[in-house]
Amino acid sequence: MRPVRFNINPKEANIANSIMMGELPDGHLGDGFFATKLSDVVGLARKNSIWPLPFATSCCGIEFMATMASHYDLARFGSERVGFSPRQCDLLMVMGTIAKKMGPVLRQVYLQMAEPRWVIAVGACASSGGIFDTYSVLQGIDQVIPVDVYVPGCPPRPEAIIDGVLRIQDLVQNESLRRRNTEQYAALLNSYGIE
Amino acid sequence: MALTNEIVKQKLSDKFGDQLTNWEEPYGMLTFTAPKELNLKVLQFLYDDETLKFQFLTDLCAVHYPERKGEEIAMVYTVHNLADNLRIRFKVYTDAEKTEVYTVSALYEAANWMERETYDFYGVHFIGHPNLKRIMNVDEMNYFPQRKEYPLEDQTRIDKDDEMFGRGGSIS
Repeated sequence: MRPVRFNINPKEANIANSIMMGELPDGHLGDGFFATKLSDVVGLARKNSIWPLPFATSCCGIEFMATMASHYDLARFGSERVGFSPRQCDLLMVMGTIAKKMGPVLRQVYLQMAEPRWVIAVGACASSGGIFDTYSVLQGIDQVIPVDVYVPGCPPRPEAIIDGVLRIQDLVQNESLRRRNTEQYAALLNSYGIE
Repeated sequence: MALTNEIVKQKLSDKFGDQLTNWEEPYGMLTFTAPKELNLKVLQFLYDDETLKFQFLTDLCAVHYPERKGEEIAMVYTVHNLADNLRIRFKVYTDAEKTEVYTVSALYEAANWMERETYDFYGVHFIGHPNLKRIMNVDEMNYFPQRKEYPLEDQTRIDKDDEMFGRGGSIS
């Protein structure tokens, strides 16, 4: 028999290790009521109900299909309803190689999204052009739209995509309610040529 | 009797004589070269002839040979006889500055987009093509990417580490 090196002291499965309770925001808890800041409540509500728009172009799109499937279920984190209309979605997930001919199309999709909107670049090709350093591939979607989270990998494992979505959830939870009206945000959009 | 390379070669030589040159059979596939004015005539003959009947255009592409001065761009037509299952290759050569070849899209519908792709990547101008414009690259591109003088990489990147790519750097 082969000598076993791993898992020689297996731990029993303990349900307490598999469940994580969500954190209650700071506030005053009373009998039948809970008083907290509006931004905390709004952040909590927004982060657990993100509606993603999968802009899946190539291989990373297949990994996203695996992420949405039952084994790695992204719907656990509130992204149950994926929409394909940018007017109804919060998170633009760009997964796959974007060619230079596709850049304006991606920009149009981004422009049609309503505030607040977030963008996640999944995979090496969306983040930086990936291995396709050629005349026809856009070297990163941040040349046309502002990106919030980059998920590296070629393709990234479903756990990595879920990690990217969790980081987006952190950003969503901690975002100030006034951020989209500030001058810095307007300056950021102007740097991409978006009014 | 079944169509073979010898029968094809005999019939072509009877019709066109020694205008067709450079007969080869790499891996069993008959290949020959013609002057570029004859490309449509040869393909029309291959299409119409009763025994030859090469009525399926498999592929149409261009190759850039920078070392052949005066005839750098080669157009390669691959036609197939579906009844007898025989495929032949036919090449014409043209100049790099004045790349003009007659279109075959009147004979084969498939050649329409394939010639647009060849124009897009090699700059071959097809005389008589109904809609010769770029098909796969960005419309504003002003050069022909697959010619050998242009590099593959995107030239707008500023953050590439030359050492990692084997160019210059501190090692070589």
